[in-house]
Amino acid sequence: MRASVLYDAPGPRGRRRNLVLTVLFAVLLVVLAYLGYRKFDEKGQFDAALWEPFLRADVWVNLILPGLWNTLSAAATAALIAVPFGFVFGMARLSEHTWIRIPAGAIVEFFRAIPLLIMIFFAQYGGSAVFGLTVTSFSAVVFGLVMYNGSVLAEIVRAGISSLPRGQTEAALAVGLRKGQAMRLILLPQAVTAMMPAIVSQLVVLLKDTALGFIVAYEDLLNAGARILPSNFRNLIPSVIVMALIYILINVAVGQVATWLEKRSRRSRKTTAKPVAPPDSVTAPASL
Amino acid sequence: MSALFDELPVILGAFWLTLRLTLATAVAALVLGTVLAAMRVSPLGVLRTVAATYVNALRNTPLTLVIVFCGLGLGLVLDVSFSESLSVNYLWLSIIGLSLYTAAFVCEAIRSGINTVPIGQAEAARALGLTFIQNLRHIVLPQAFRAVIAPLGSVLIALIKNTTIAAAIGVAEASLTMKSLFERHQEAVVPIFLGFALGFLVLTLPVGLLFGWLARRLAVAR
Repeated sequence: MRASVLYDAPGPRGRRRNLVLTVLFAVLLVVLAYLGYRKFDEKGQFDAALWEPFLRADVWVNLILPGLWNTLSAAATAALIAVPFGFVFGMARLSEHTWIRIPAGAIVEFFRAIPLLIMIFFAQYGGSAVFGLTVTSFSAVVFGLVMYNGSVLAEIVRAGISSLPRGQTEAALAVGLRKGQAMRLILLPQAVTAMMPAIVSQLVVLLKDTALGFIVAYEDLLNAGARILPSNFRNLIPSVIVMALIYILINVAVGQVATWLEKRSRRSRKTTAKPVAPPDSVTAPASL
Repeated sequence: MSALFDELPVILGAFWLTLRLTLATAVAALVLGTVLAAMRVSPLGVLRTVAATYVNALRNTPLTLVIVFCGLGLGLVLDVSFSESLSVNYLWLSIIGLSLYTAAFVCEAIRSGINTVPIGQAEAARALGLTFIQNLRHIVLPQAFRAVIAPLGSVLIALIKNTTIAAAIGVAEASLTMKSLFERHQEAVVPIFLGFALGFLVLTLPVGLLFGWLARRLAVAR
């Protein structure tokens, strides 16, 4: 780890000092935790009656799992539409025809720049006002998720294809493949390996964003935790904490898949490209 | 179209609230995120563990859940109160939720920046006898910040868009205002949507350009 470069291996005095500081900070954390505990206790949040529902099978089967199922089905539906959307628009942005490239770029940039929530609201109200359709909260959420994540995926696809060495296209055209064939047979198979980790990371974002459905009363996992359970057992804090744990568990699991794919694609000899970073990545490119 | 112009004061007011939410959160998250990043690279195992657990938990939790927890959990159940006025109280609670969430991303950005500082810099600082804190403050963090200007810009853009989620606890920023305008002017849903979308484009696109320009200008020459 680079972290160890910031300080020497501690000597006898350093070890003593670190021990004192460790104890000091540990005490500080315990005090903070205790203050939190007292605040919770004051309001009776450790009452067994508030936590007991989570030990009952019927609560899980009737209240929590349907919410989880709705969250997962919204995420899966959105992912199944957003991935092809991303491929189509990503390739369209690399098109040689200006009349394809410019509109595709405008759509992708527009939907990346505006908040997902206003797209969901627009789908809800616009659908009925403009087309006279009744838009369910499920379709509104899926619409928003597809437009936003599809646009981000389009950027990933574009970055993946652009990250391949030019020689790949040139060699493909030189042996007589047409442009479509070069894309389909040479570029895409290599690019997919390079962008797989970024795509899976984006799916974690998509899964997290399904929680926006709560705002438009979609009956997802957060709705189960923050509306249904509290209205039955008056246990908002315990149930929101349990829901958070479920979200964390699922997202960490999917995140692990992304990390594993990235390691695999770094080793892979099937591609000439390094794994691509997602656009709007919050980490600096490693320079070393 | 006329609905859009009639409601212009309401719309501008809503965006002003979005802007204030963004600025308050950005300052708080930058401070908390920097502290977390320092904790994650510190020599003390306790601090590293606490910061890593915090960042991983918050990054994998939906922001909506964090804000609902702050608004309803802290606000209603635990009676955390900052103001007599209910709407001002929810505003503060949503700033807390947004800051706690955004700080995790700021921490990740700065930590990745620390990794771009060449080993020799920290080694030279240590050879001169600088302590861990001095090393971070004078040598590593100034270079790390300059390396992560573009990623921090992405965090800020994400934050501008994320402030809309404060709508979950009834803070009348741009998205919730858009929704109530939809209800009031059902014939003008499309122009109102385009108006708000334009508002967000005006907020996010210059930030991207500004941070891209800053990143190029302040890049550490190596």
